[in-house]
Amino acid sequence: MGSDVRLVLGPFDPGAEVAAFAEKYPAAGGVVSFLGQVRAGDGVEALELRHYDPLTMPGMEALAREVESRWALDGLLILHRSGEMRPGEPIVLVCAASRHRRDAFAAADFAMDHLKSDSWFWKRERVNGEWRWIEPREQDHADLARWA
Amino acid sequence: MARLVFLGRLEDVAGAPELACPLAEPTALVDLLLMLPPTLAEALQGPRVRLALNGTVAESAGLVVTDGDELAFLPPVSGG
Repeated sequence: MGSDVRLVLGPFDPGAEVAAFAEKYPAAGGVVSFLGQVRAGDGVEALELRHYDPLTMPGMEALAREVESRWALDGLLILHRSGEMRPGEPIVLVCAASRHRRDAFAAADFAMDHLKSDSWFWKRERVNGEWRWIEPREQDHADLARWA
Repeated sequence: MARLVFLGRLEDVAGAPELACPLAEPTALVDLLLMLPPTLAEALQGPRVRLALNGTVAESAGLVVTDGDELAFLPPVSGG
């Protein structure tokens, strides 16, 4: 199978990405997608994702290989934004295609838990004109531990 | 000259995303940290800060930095 792993520096169209992905794998009986977007509310004006070139993309590619080795997938897409985003804008899209749905659900879930708290990204948000860095939540680490 | 790179909140502590550090000879990390402002050196030694030397994750114990190296300080990550 082929994985499509992308670090994206500008806005992307999740609907078009999911449609193109599903079309690539007609033999897959199930396509699961997860879209993460900037949460509106709490006075958040903007969100910024930072990455570190030497580590971030190689880390995402290693994650894709790990997902491929764990589940029988026809295809996998991991697309993650870096840069500044507005509320409602997409941050991350994971799509998994498999013959039967369970593998696709689990693969997308695993990939997201690892993107949240085990990938080379740093996140800050702007509230009332002030930027503040966001530390991972305990829940993110608990989510990750489910797969150990 | 070694390049120090500060990710996430460490950039705010350092006041810049990068710092060029003149090195006359290969320098142990502990000695390199002594060349930095104390508040920055302290933040860089936080228990959850990881390191990457020339793009590869490295252990701090015994780390030696040489002219031309890029040393990145990586606080806890949060993506997605």
